[in-house]
Amino acid sequence: MKIFGLFNPLPRTQSIALSLGYLLLCGINVGFLSADELRFNRDIRPILSDNCFACHGFDAKQRKGGLRLDIAEGAYGIGDSGEVAIKPGDLEASEVWKRIAAAEGDSKMPPAESHKSLDAKQVELLKKWIEQGAPYESHWSLTPIARPEIPDLAVNSPNDFGPIDRFISARLNREGLELSAEADRETLLRRATLDLIGLNPELDEIDDYLTDTSPNAFERQLDRLLASPRFGEKQVVSWLDVSRYGDTNGYLHDIMRSGWPWRDWVIQSFNDDKNFSEFIVEQVAGDLLPEATPEQVLATAFCRNHLITTEGGTIAAEFLNEYAADRVQTFGTAFLGVSFSCCRCHDHKFDPFTQEDFYSLQAYFNSITEKHSENNPAIAYAPLIEIGSPLIPDSPKASVMVMQEAAEATKTFVLNRGQYDQPIAERPVGRRTPLALPAMSDDLPQNRLGLARWLIADENPLVARVVVNRFWQQIFGTGIVSTVDDLGVQGEYPVHPELLDYLASEFRGSQSLNASGRSTSEWSMKRLYREILASRTYRQQSRVKPEAKQKDPNNRLLAYFPRQRLSAEEIRDQAIFVSGMMANSMGGAPVNPYQPEGLWEERANEGSNTRVFKRSDGEALYRRSLYTFWKRTCPPPTMVLFDAPDRTLCAAKRVPTNTPLQALAALNDEQFLESARLLATRTLSEQVETDARIKSLFRRVTGRTPTEEDLQVLRSGLASLLQRYQTNPDDAARLLDQGDQPLPAEVNKSELAAWTLLANAVLNLDESVVRD
Amino acid sequence: MKSMVENWLNINRRQLLRGAAAGGLGLLGSVALSQLIQGEEKRAGRSDLPHFAGKAKRVIYLYQEGAPSQVDTFDHKPNLVDLFDKDLPASVRGTQRLTGMTSGQARLPIAPSKFSFSKYENNMDGVWINDLLKNTGEMAKEICVINSMMTEQINHGPGITFMQTGHQLPGRPSVGAWLSYGLGSANQDLPAFVVMISQGRGQMQALFAHLWGAGFLPGEHQGVQFRASNDPVLYLNDPQGMNRDDRRKVLDMIGELNRKQAEESGDSEILARIAQYEMAYRMQASVPELTDFSKETKETLEMYGPDVAKPGTYAYNCLMARRMAERGVRFIQLFHRGWDHHGSVPRDLPLQCQDIDQGQAALLKDLKQRGMLDETLIVWGGEFGRTVYCQGNLTKEQYGRDHHPRCFSAWMAGGGIKPGIVYGKTDEFSYNIAENPVSAHDLHATMLHCLGIDHSRFTFKAQGLDFRLTGVEPARVIKEIVV
Repeated sequence: MKIFGLFNPLPRTQSIALSLGYLLLCGINVGFLSADELRFNRDIRPILSDNCFACHGFDAKQRKGGLRLDIAEGAYGIGDSGEVAIKPGDLEASEVWKRIAAAEGDSKMPPAESHKSLDAKQVELLKKWIEQGAPYESHWSLTPIARPEIPDLAVNSPNDFGPIDRFISARLNREGLELSAEADRETLLRRATLDLIGLNPELDEIDDYLTDTSPNAFERQLDRLLASPRFGEKQVVSWLDVSRYGDTNGYLHDIMRSGWPWRDWVIQSFNDDKNFSEFIVEQVAGDLLPEATPEQVLATAFCRNHLITTEGGTIAAEFLNEYAADRVQTFGTAFLGVSFSCCRCHDHKFDPFTQEDFYSLQAYFNSITEKHSENNPAIAYAPLIEIGSPLIPDSPKASVMVMQEAAEATKTFVLNRGQYDQPIAERPVGRRTPLALPAMSDDLPQNRLGLARWLIADENPLVARVVVNRFWQQIFGTGIVSTVDDLGVQGEYPVHPELLDYLASEFRGSQSLNASGRSTSEWSMKRLYREILASRTYRQQSRVKPEAKQKDPNNRLLAYFPRQRLSAEEIRDQAIFVSGMMANSMGGAPVNPYQPEGLWEERANEGSNTRVFKRSDGEALYRRSLYTFWKRTCPPPTMVLFDAPDRTLCAAKRVPTNTPLQALAALNDEQFLESARLLATRTLSEQVETDARIKSLFRRVTGRTPTEEDLQVLRSGLASLLQRYQTNPDDAARLLDQGDQPLPAEVNKSELAAWTLLANAVLNLDESVVRD
Repeated sequence: MKSMVENWLNINRRQLLRGAAAGGLGLLGSVALSQLIQGEEKRAGRSDLPHFAGKAKRVIYLYQEGAPSQVDTFDHKPNLVDLFDKDLPASVRGTQRLTGMTSGQARLPIAPSKFSFSKYENNMDGVWINDLLKNTGEMAKEICVINSMMTEQINHGPGITFMQTGHQLPGRPSVGAWLSYGLGSANQDLPAFVVMISQGRGQMQALFAHLWGAGFLPGEHQGVQFRASNDPVLYLNDPQGMNRDDRRKVLDMIGELNRKQAEESGDSEILARIAQYEMAYRMQASVPELTDFSKETKETLEMYGPDVAKPGTYAYNCLMARRMAERGVRFIQLFHRGWDHHGSVPRDLPLQCQDIDQGQAALLKDLKQRGMLDETLIVWGGEFGRTVYCQGNLTKEQYGRDHHPRCFSAWMAGGGIKPGIVYGKTDEFSYNIAENPVSAHDLHATMLHCLGIDHSRFTFKAQGLDFRLTGVEPARVIKEIVV
């Protein structure tokens, strides 16, 4: 048993898993629990994919022994050895089984040099599968999305169970588990407020909810939060990660760019609940829409958020190829849940995508009016649009890099091993979608607009699954498929396949329901969020249930709500918000709040215009973190410490870590210390009695009223700090000297110093940095 | 020395934990609890590692950012003097790509090194090294010079990224992250992977956080950058007006409420958080101790040279590297910037050599004297080499050199490496490799080998694929240079 150490423990999911004998349970996901039948996609394909497909899979060049095991025709056929690979139902006549069961030696599969081996459980599964007739299924994510039957629950199911709860409960019940009781209102309101708008509830909002006796009190809170303009500010962050959005070019000089009107367009789209299919189409091909509006052109900045370089000596063909390839890879991960990066150099070894598929997709993205430049960013930025923030009336304009199709399509070839200077002349490619996916309709134009419309077409099985899976991850911390960036063969099998399809079909609207045209609710992100957050699954308690944890160490089946650490942005925003200083303004150019001195300078290049950090003043210090200037070679340190990606590549997932550097940042960063002081100042001015003050401060951060036991700890800590700073008033004065905000006139510095450290402690509590 | 209060609180905290073990934390189970109690031990690595007993326990990587000129440092070509200003033969140049900076030049005239070299005795036929690196030369019996390094990359960004992560595009884990993940931490008070940067004097390239990133590995394996200032770890210092007892009081409030929370919620992650706050508290003491050179002897400090007194210099970082090695840091990554000598090698290279020579030689000697060189792998090198032909105007005293990926020099020393040898040869122009090419992946495979890891079996699954540091193409351990 591996014990995780505590200096740098494993991320949350792994640590919990390891702590409870995870190794005794089966492999990559919850998978084959005792109560279930064997299923190819879930139980068998991962074993074959991991151990066999590299030599017996889709990639013909790597195939050995004339055998492929990724499709039934191959497996039931006869290999070069002359033996039948798998004879359904007949172990003894199946060469595959003989090789697997063989003793170590030449014929043993997988061979020793592959460094792969099957464990006893995997061997047993394969045996059972062959005995049961070795049935194959087509890969789950490539099958059409059908709206599944909503399960009837045998046992007396509560009448507040909606479809989501029925799917979840049906699965839990098979394991002898059930949903937990509903969480208390204080917990629920903080959870939902953080999930929808990324901030803490205000004290009066908590009071309102606690005294609301109407039967749909929680739904009323959801509606209030969904209508808040802060909704878009919260939801935009994960899209910025996916879109590798930054305020600099990256690479050598890391020069400033001004893409922020696009970021504001995304915020506005989320706030307006823009039809998500249009949200996709405009970002891929807004410039090609008939009579495209400036905002639709702006949307295509999505395709150009990649890094660019203007380093002296760089070669145009190399980098233009790099940019187009990045567009394809981002497109693949963001919308199809497919990693195309392998296909740049060779056919995919596991998924049915070829190198030719990759370059055929690249052909949609490599014919814009862009130019490479050494030393002149202005040339490299074009095509540009001059536009202001859609969020700000009379906004100043900025130049945003966008897409504009060139008059002629660039001739495209398969590149030998992905090398830009090795096009294979005899393998030219035209624009087409990957052959393994449903074909593009003949009505659609063969350009990016056609490609975008193909994405959202009913026949496309991937987009809706990919998007709702990421929403689920946003809310529950882990996707229904945990590999949110890979719904391919090597990705995880969904832990709730029917639920995923239910949500996907809900999201995009079902044809059968809308024979005469689409209902207005389809592709509605807010409607889907509301359905998920109103579910009993979402509203349950987070207290760990030992019997559930035993069977399902990672809580993938959701027998209780998964506690999750707040995101980097939420942790900083919380401190500023509870201090009462948060700026209300939305959108606009990014800002440079407090950060330690010298960070940019020690890494920057002389030719860069982001070599010297110049701190912002006034309101800009207190804006939400999403507005902080994102320098790609040196992102804001508190963001990176709390697991934000560096935004150089598309990132669909943040893996939460738990490190001592996080503790140091939240304890000692100037922003956090000033916020603690302002929270203390605010508390002292609002309340008179010590207990009332502690209660108010504690509740503002954690969203709940402290218990008597909590109060005792805080009271005695406070008393000790008070004594210390009354004895040493000079230290108190020095401690309070943090940040730009002035101290109130006639303040008792010793008292305020003690309260500041109390606030510092409360902001660092586990329950403050976690969504319970 | 710890104050009475601090000691009492520490003991008290232990008792609380053990008390919790007896019953209070029933939900968490005994495994999680034993983790917490063992939490003050070091962090384990992957259970299947090492694959075999490696000679080295740790790595110090002396990275030379900007690409030092091989022909002016370790790849001595005295015969080139006769070819001054002659055109590089087309047959030598071949068809390789040039950067935009020299591809437009009418001529590619040969620029011999203007520097004098000396031959140092090693365990073979000796090794020629530029006199500007004489301290390093005097350690020739300890080092293995590789003159046949090569890469596909021709620009700095992709070049450095390749050397640090095994891939030219950002996003893969760095070598240090792989080792932190694979072998775990060997200490309880400091991070497993530390990065230090020193400024050079020539043109400098940007250094990106992804060069010490964790890529798809869990984020805690990313390198922790120690900065060249009085606050070497970001946010390490408590604010002014706060002393150790005050911090202890705050942490005790947090700890007590967190333990209560752990009990109520049953979430073992809370125990990890408690432990990380305690680690942060220990680092507040261990890092200043680490950076306090006052107990170093006069002889030691003199050996590293006068720069050792200045935080942020290469010499300072070299001594820091030794101190980290003593304290169990697994991977110590130095970057020295400023080797990109397009304009004037004669002007810039001596300054760079002066920056590095004494400090790195002292590091080797110091480790040797302390019996630590055998268990510490040292690697020195940049992302590519420089052209033997001149960039810009050529005189005997003035020449620049462009990027050159086809050959460059590096050296290794210490744990697992054959001392005092030279490996690999270039042609007479230091333009193409004549024998025994070594790719970045080969270098990485060899480094892992020294630490007891078979690179082909050290994989991590991400995005549905088994990734390894050494990539998909074949890489080999350079058996000829390992013990």
